[in-house]
Amino acid sequence: MPLEIKSLSKAFSRYPALSDITLTAAEGEFLALLGPSGSGKTTLLRILAGLEQPDAGEVRFRGEDLLAAPVRRRGVGMVFQHYALFRHMTVEQNIAFGLQVRPRASRPGRAAIAARVAELLDLMQLDGLGKRYPSQLSGGQRQRVALARALAIEPRMLLLDEPFGALDAQVRRELRRWLRQVHDRAGVTTVFVTHDQEEALDLADRVAVLRAGELVQVGAPNDVYENPASAFVFDFLGEACRLEGVVRDGRLTVADWTTTAPADAPEGPVDLFFRPNEVAFAPADGVGVGANVLAAAVRGASVKIECKVGEQVIELQGLGQVPPQALTRGARLRFTPTRYRLFAAAR
Amino acid sequence: MRPLVRLPGAAPLLLLSSLAVLGLLVVLPLAVVFQQAFSKGVAAYLAPLADPDALAAIRLTLLVAAIAVPLNAVFGLAAAWTIARFEFKGRTLLLTLIDLPFSISPVVSGLVWVLLFGAQGLFGALLQAWGVKIIFATTGLVLATILVTLPFVARELIPLMQDQGADEEAAALTLGAGGAAVFTRVTLPKVKWALLYGVLLCNARAMGEFGAVSVVSGHIRGLTTTLPLHIEVLYNDYDFVGAFAAATLLASLGLITLVVKTALEWRFADELAAFRRR
Repeated sequence: MPLEIKSLSKAFSRYPALSDITLTAAEGEFLALLGPSGSGKTTLLRILAGLEQPDAGEVRFRGEDLLAAPVRRRGVGMVFQHYALFRHMTVEQNIAFGLQVRPRASRPGRAAIAARVAELLDLMQLDGLGKRYPSQLSGGQRQRVALARALAIEPRMLLLDEPFGALDAQVRRELRRWLRQVHDRAGVTTVFVTHDQEEALDLADRVAVLRAGELVQVGAPNDVYENPASAFVFDFLGEACRLEGVVRDGRLTVADWTTTAPADAPEGPVDLFFRPNEVAFAPADGVGVGANVLAAAVRGASVKIECKVGEQVIELQGLGQVPPQALTRGARLRFTPTRYRLFAAAR
Repeated sequence: MRPLVRLPGAAPLLLLSSLAVLGLLVVLPLAVVFQQAFSKGVAAYLAPLADPDALAAIRLTLLVAAIAVPLNAVFGLAAAWTIARFEFKGRTLLLTLIDLPFSISPVVSGLVWVLLFGAQGLFGALLQAWGVKIIFATTGLVLATILVTLPFVARELIPLMQDQGADEEAAALTLGAGGAAVFTRVTLPKVKWALLYGVLLCNARAMGEFGAVSVVSGHIRGLTTTLPLHIEVLYNDYDFVGAFAAATLLASLGLITLVVKTALEWRFADELAAFRRR
């Protein structure tokens, strides 16, 4: 593995930012570090860039000790959350910067730099914007300049810190697809940080989920989505409904619904997690968890039902198969989660 | 630009009263200085300026500013960089200390040097033994001026650098720039306008400083009188035309500072606007 992170730990004055992270990335891989704010994902990225020093642990890149190298010799291209473009330089000057500050011996000639800049402007679809200042660009354009600037030095590794964080939803989706294309063309190992699960699942080859400085799960997007290792991952990776239940003698009881528990179910109090759209509805006299409808919103074929199970309020989603009487406030309905996961509850 | 709040009828009234106040308190006294200086004709205006003592005062003023301003520019940059980029114990104390020369009387700023290096001062005997003269000499003038003008550059830079953050510097590092390149190609250009304003203000004050300089100068004509002190000497001698003629030089310095500032703003309007829009 070209990128190997071993037992990496880092604490800021009081709280641990990263504890005992071990993680690898393959050559040319697109790895997402996913987690809520404060999970340590940006700290990890900044350690890879050399902008932070870990307290313990090891980072190797193609066998070389990356931590021993100063920032400027690591050959990593970093795109910052707010782009950090040089505001006093034009787009062209921004992109050329990394080449111009090279020592004379390895610095390309003026013409070569200009050619490289032109090539990147073209690749980033920034033609005609080379003479502008960053303040004269839109958010999406700035983002692409930042990426062009990072790619100009032909980095061995590309690091992206919430690359779409400051953009609106539509630009975000467009850039996401396009970033993946750029990555595939450049073939450079890329690590990117995001708190947006959809972004991570869509874009990455592998997703590493972090929580409070700990690595909770690593795997291919669909793998992590389908087989979340913990309640946190299930909850964080998509919309989730949680119901409290009990497993006793191979039987699972949730509210007034009892069924055979899966073989690997933990005994005792459990949290039952399911996606709000993975449910089957039944009439009030049928089988399933009984619920009282609090509110229902119909939009075309899709229906959102807010309902109360015992004292817990959950929101279910249905597509067409919802019995019409379930859509009235105060009505009683029954549902069974078609796919669910059980996690031992700390109750 | 944000549209200003509109109050019908209030704007012209406020504008007129501001102009009246400015005219009465700023323009009129300044005009009087020039009027008095030229009251006996151009020849009478030029004569006191050609006086050897006057020329010496001008040279001394320029020399003191030429030493104090660059030193304070360097200090201001270093202090602003430290305060804006690092979290450390005593940061607030440092900020307060930098502001101190603003809040204490310039006379005190002069007096402290006399208390330290004067004949009766703390190090007076020692300096005398070594034959080093600080008080009543150029060194004292420079020290007093540095102390009084200490906050100007730092005060311009600190809020700006705090606002700008260090992301661009971090980006430059990852792109392979060394410390020196980061400073000269990123940090310095980012703050160059604030630095320039700070230096202009610092220079205006350094050349115009009276109180602190007066205490350490000893008023030795042709040796330790700077331009403001020279004006006082002439005025006390009832040489009004001479005093006002010298005063026009100082007043012109203020005007030139203003013109340079405006010219720079006009010349680099695009670039400045680009900075502000961020």
